[in-house]
Amino acid sequence: MPTLTRKEVEEIALLARLHLQDDELGRLQDELGGILEHFGVLASVDTTDVAPMTHPVPLELPLRPDVPEPSLAAADALRGVPKREGDLIVVPAIIPGGE
Amino acid sequence: MTPEFWTVEETARRVAAGEITAVRLLDTMLSRIHNVDRELGSYLETDSEHARRDAAEIDRKRAAGEPLGPLAGVPIALKDNLVTGGLTTTAGSKILQDWIPPYDATVVEKLRAAGAVMLGKTNLDEFGMGSSTERSAYKKTRNPWDPTRVPGGSSGGSAAAVAAGLCAASLGTDTGGSIRQPAAFCGVVGLKPTYGRVSRWGVIAFASSLDQVGPITRTVKDAALVLGAIAGHDPRDSTSLSAPVPAFADAATGEVRGLRVGLPTEYFPASVDADVRAALDRTIAALKDRGATTVEVSLPHSNLALPAYYVIAPAEASSNLARYDGIRFGKRAEARDLLETYCKTRGAGFGPEVKRRIMLGTYALRSGYYDAYYKKAQQIRTLVKRDFDQAFERCDVLLTPTTPTTAFRFGAKASPLDMYLGDIFTLACNLAGLPGMSVPCGLSADGLPIGAQLLGKPLDEVTLIRAGSAIEAAVGLGTRRPAGIGGI
Repeated sequence: MPTLTRKEVEEIALLARLHLQDDELGRLQDELGGILEHFGVLASVDTTDVAPMTHPVPLELPLRPDVPEPSLAAADALRGVPKREGDLIVVPAIIPGGE
Repeated sequence: MTPEFWTVEETARRVAAGEITAVRLLDTMLSRIHNVDRELGSYLETDSEHARRDAAEIDRKRAAGEPLGPLAGVPIALKDNLVTGGLTTTAGSKILQDWIPPYDATVVEKLRAAGAVMLGKTNLDEFGMGSSTERSAYKKTRNPWDPTRVPGGSSGGSAAAVAAGLCAASLGTDTGGSIRQPAAFCGVVGLKPTYGRVSRWGVIAFASSLDQVGPITRTVKDAALVLGAIAGHDPRDSTSLSAPVPAFADAATGEVRGLRVGLPTEYFPASVDADVRAALDRTIAALKDRGATTVEVSLPHSNLALPAYYVIAPAEASSNLARYDGIRFGKRAEARDLLETYCKTRGAGFGPEVKRRIMLGTYALRSGYYDAYYKKAQQIRTLVKRDFDQAFERCDVLLTPTTPTTAFRFGAKASPLDMYLGDIFTLACNLAGLPGMSVPCGLSADGLPIGAQLLGKPLDEVTLIRAGSAIEAAVGLGTRRPAGIGGI
């Protein structure tokens, strides 16, 4: 199993949308490296022809009639929004440097 | 006994008989919380206003001769990852500080419908990720048996509150042992139902294929009563099962004649504390005395359950926690563009353990590593489940220690891996979706509670309750109460 490089930790942090401080990056490099080493045992198990288990109980896809039902009012759904104008959620520019 | 330590059963009976009003009982509980919880730290918030309204309604119904629910007047606490309409729900995280949900979780609706009076929200490891409640972003919860020790986790506040008489029962959630382990550390009963037995609607998701809600109580029968109130199909949770809900409490008979108890070799390694081992030996002897038989069984993939769990749970968590991006609810860090808003919001809002697991999960799901980690872990999950299926061909229930040690001291688990290794006996149950229960089975030489864990076949909580009530009657703590904090 590969040990993590600092660059890999930075890449994963970006994929995870986590801004990490310098000391956090260093600590996570060590900790994740150690944890992954411990998990190396997984690779040694022969799992040929073993189906992956995604879920503990057999499930059928439930369907319901496509009929509108009472649901959360817009005002309630929007109550926790950090920044809004009326019923609209205000977000910063999607394109870096945009307005 | 004082009202603070009445069982769920006794409380409901006395309220229904008019021996005490729900309002008077509520005041007694709130006053005990006020006196004891400054030191114990089990609650993040109490909700006296709402609780008083609900209690007054119970008293009005009783006076009017209207039917009362099975939990009428019973004071119950909720882990703070169960959403409560109008009451702050934080999941123990700064990223949800001051978040007031617009709806109630199904389990909260069901408890209220059964007449329970909800006292407030209890402390937990952030998003349920931890085994000591030390990872809460808000406060320290102490073990009522010894304030220098942790209550366990992640439902540490829920377990400590029940043990110290700050509620009659509480709800916790269990993703890899988070109900059973704190119950063992605090000397109370903790029941994780079969996956799908209880609705997850309104439960703040950690790992969706593993999470279940369940009761923490002072007696096995109480756990059965609370489970009866919260179990059942919920159309809002497509993973909830439509299986009929049996009269769980009727199974708390202590009758185990003819029951075949399996003892998995891998769960009794030499590394288990001598006191824990001795308590389990007494438990086994007591079950045999009462007519149960024991059989040694093997769960050969047990040593792989921990690494498989710590791939699957963080992978699911990294996906579930993507929703905390500072846009629709929770805290937002101001930044120039959207990507920076996400990164800064999450970097500032999540604590170290949550970041660690998100990173671990993101790594395991990353293109190129998916087969080596995530798929591999899911295949091992199949092998773990198969082990249990084979064991249950030879027995009705499995008996193991809940934890390898009794409650540890604050800061004792220095590295994250050390903390993870404490979960070895509890997490395979979640991987396989089985019901599990921890029942107190004695005290160690230094006076700390020890838990016996029962694992059952899917949907067979009834057998856990039957065996658990026998253990409780034979080797349980009886009327012994924690003296470390708030002793009565």
